[in-house]
Amino acid sequence: MTFNVVVDVAWKEEILDPAGQSTAKVLQQMGYAADNLRIGKQIRFQLQAPDVAQAETAAREMAQRLLANPVMETYAVRVVAE
Amino acid sequence: MRVGVISFPGSNCDQDTLSALGALGVEAVPLWYGEKSLAGVDRLVLPGGFSYGDYLRSGALAARAPVMETVERAIRDEAMPVLGICNGFQILCERGLLPGALRPNASGEFLCTWETVRVASVPLGFEGLAAGDLLRMPIAHHEGAFSVEPGGLAPLFQNGQVFLQYSDSVGQVHALTNPNGSVANIAGVSQGSVTGLMPHPERAMADYLGSVDGRKLLRGWLGEGDR
Repeated sequence: MTFNVVVDVAWKEEILDPAGQSTAKVLQQMGYAADNLRIGKQIRFQLQAPDVAQAETAAREMAQRLLANPVMETYAVRVVAE
Repeated sequence: MRVGVISFPGSNCDQDTLSALGALGVEAVPLWYGEKSLAGVDRLVLPGGFSYGDYLRSGALAARAPVMETVERAIRDEAMPVLGICNGFQILCERGLLPGALRPNASGEFLCTWETVRVASVPLGFEGLAAGDLLRMPIAHHEGAFSVEPGGLAPLFQNGQVFLQYSDSVGQVHALTNPNGSVANIAGVSQGSVTGLMPHPERAMADYLGSVDGRKLLRGWLGEGDR
């Protein structure tokens, strides 16, 4: 089966995000009351697996081993059958 | 002694590093990231640059390149000395061969400055360097802020794994001498035979470059002391 995988990667709360801070500042300059802005990454791909459980296990392993750095990032994995 | 310098796609300090090692009288050979052989070298340098364009995270993709399996095995089985400079440091952290990670500089800026670093603990195998020594070398990075997981800092100091800290010109380590937001001003760490640092010793090899302290560091790593 083919599954669509979405991995959202975000900085851990305690990790400073200068790009996010700068972006929030510009939004504020534009007149928006935006605050605590954090920039993350979304990684999407297709995965072949026998069932959804195995697809989730594989996707989580990929996130843990490469797509996110567990020292400074967190991740959330979503798997949806195509 | 044969020292290999591994080039990844996007490495750009590999030639400078080969030339710096050559100037110290060692045989320095270029190695390619796609090869699994280390061509019989005794030591390895992972040079600076922007491997894989810094895609995903600095060093993340290079850390999974074919050559890194061999590097990891050489460290595990032969305690091969490996030095990671700048992007090389990032690669070693990403591979889990050094503790911690390098996150973007606190200022959000790419930093290209001269810094003084103080030797906190001398890594295994180094000669001619002592705790408290000050070295002046340039940094050039955007993701150079060393970070560890909560609770991870004290063990690094207790185990003598903190190699270098950004300091002032008389060796005081404080917030004003922290260029990039590294935790505890850390500029370099070690683990067993593996050492990583953000400053560029290969760019501090002669008075006309601004400092000769890179010679002292590289000689120290080569186990030759400061001749």
